[in-house]
Amino acid sequence: MSTRLTLRTAFIAALLAALILLPVYVAFTGDRFLITLFTRIIILAMASVSLNLILGYGGMMSFGHAAYLGIGGYAVGMLAHEGVLSGFVQWPVALAASALFALIIGALSLRTRGVYFIMITLAFAQMAYYIVSAFARYGGDDGLTIYKRSQFISPLDLSNKVQFYYVCLALLFASIYLVWRLVNSRFGMAVQGARSNDIRMRAIGFPTYRYRLVCFVIAGTLCGLAGALLANHTDFVSPAMMYWTRSGDLIIMVVLGGMGSPFGPLIGAVALLVLEEVLSGITEYWQIILGPLLLLVVLFARGGIDGLLKKVARD
Amino acid sequence: MTLFFEQCLNGLQFGLLLFLLAAGLTLVFGIMDLVNLAHGSLYMVGAYFAATFAAWTGSFVLGAVLALAATLMVGMAVEVVVMRHLYDRNHLDHVLATFGLILFFDEGTRLIWGPAGLSLPLPSWLNGPVQVLPGFQYSAYKLSIIVVTLTVAAFLYVLVMRTRIGMLIRAGASNREMVGALGVNIKLLYTLVFGLGAALAGLAGLMQAPILTVQIGMGESILILAFVITVIGGVGSIRGAFIAAIVVGMIDTLGRSYLPDVLRMMLSKEAAATAAPALSSMLIYLLMTLVLVARPEGLFSQGGK
Repeated sequence: MSTRLTLRTAFIAALLAALILLPVYVAFTGDRFLITLFTRIIILAMASVSLNLILGYGGMMSFGHAAYLGIGGYAVGMLAHEGVLSGFVQWPVALAASALFALIIGALSLRTRGVYFIMITLAFAQMAYYIVSAFARYGGDDGLTIYKRSQFISPLDLSNKVQFYYVCLALLFASIYLVWRLVNSRFGMAVQGARSNDIRMRAIGFPTYRYRLVCFVIAGTLCGLAGALLANHTDFVSPAMMYWTRSGDLIIMVVLGGMGSPFGPLIGAVALLVLEEVLSGITEYWQIILGPLLLLVVLFARGGIDGLLKKVARD
Repeated sequence: MTLFFEQCLNGLQFGLLLFLLAAGLTLVFGIMDLVNLAHGSLYMVGAYFAATFAAWTGSFVLGAVLALAATLMVGMAVEVVVMRHLYDRNHLDHVLATFGLILFFDEGTRLIWGPAGLSLPLPSWLNGPVQVLPGFQYSAYKLSIIVVTLTVAAFLYVLVMRTRIGMLIRAGASNREMVGALGVNIKLLYTLVFGLGAALAGLAGLMQAPILTVQIGMGESILILAFVITVIGGVGSIRGAFIAAIVVGMIDTLGRSYLPDVLRMMLSKEAAATAAPALSSMLIYLLMTLVLVARPEGLFSQGGK
């Protein structure tokens, strides 16, 4: 069994190695588009990692997670528009704004359960969407172009594609590590306990509401950082970043890769976005293939791709 | 004053239309415990069918009837092929699977009807104003929407509360195993309920078609409104959906027409111009948040869901 189990480990190790070595490959082939594509994949993987913390481990089905992408992104965009270019100001503001938003909506939403929780998180994200659409000073519906990426001290230059790629990759690895450490800590155990049996956890003396709220805020803050990266990547922010279908995309990545698994969201993000790229190369109507494919994953591949890998390792 | 009265009627008409969507959602929600994001797709399909059939037959009414039947068939087919396998799954699986269905329906529609929108012209007898009260005229078509939706609401009430099928539906909502054990064909019942929900969504779509353009993605924005209504009213409660739909329709319509004026009295002209569109789009979400904070299970919850 132990030899078969390494198949999953080998797959993940190969994926990580490929991500680390991608710029080297590009340096030889000169295919610059790959770097752009994978920077985007890595950033969205980071957003899914943060969603996985509340969705997979905490059992909180947030349908408004893209709101933090938008808030983090707009924090960078607005400050850049006002002439504040330093990343040492922009990024902490992005984190603080997402944390504050998560604290407010978490405090209100966590009173509800199940479908009501799904819908109330969705409602807050829609409100955020309409608020930024109304900022006429910052482009409104049309969005806001960012002319200069966040500035850091001299050797670090985010407009260098390879440097930016490695910054994103390092932050992705850091967030996977952070989530892994969190869920295996006493705090993470309490949150997971509240997912399986909230009443029992409260009966043995855990204030589960507070635990879940802190978990919700951490996830939101982490996604806000992903938003700041995304704004720097596209040099553009628009309300569309936080539309509800974008939140749906993030859920797809988490479930496709494997909920409640540390590397699941990364696998899901790579799988979904590469699949999109490949399918849209084959036919203009690629969503007609992707839609039923998602259905099949839900019906026949419980636990997502990571679940399949585990199953192969077990058989 | 006439303007205000007209806006109230507009709000009522919009609310009743939303009720058609929310009723189907809440039925499927309450009885099968299924979150169906693809409900908006059925609304879109209904509108496309109506535009196509009306063009073929040359008659608005005949086209509408055919479209209704076709949407019913599509709904039942979706239930048999997909939804049936999702009932014993959790809500997250529902969200994901029906999200996949949305992609499929949107792209399928683009494939069949092309990316450009369609329009559904009104017949002359519906196109124009009628005298409602002395000195007050209102669009004949919008008035007929109000009449049709109120009839459908009454029909739904009688169906669910006064017939044997309705009794089975209500019994299935509270305890599906027991109803099955008593010899009721639950599978068939579920297919019928889902088909009914689809037909209601299709009806809403085809009635909205002459007012808006029939286009891809038209279901997505209105779907969220229907969900908001379902949640405010309490999942599974048709009465709750009816009341919430009218409240939401009124608030949305009146908010859009009067909020800019109200804000202008309180704020500077520029601040009001910026805040008004955002605030009026947000009003219903604010309402839902307030309702859920006060009553986490909605206004008329059936409990336990």
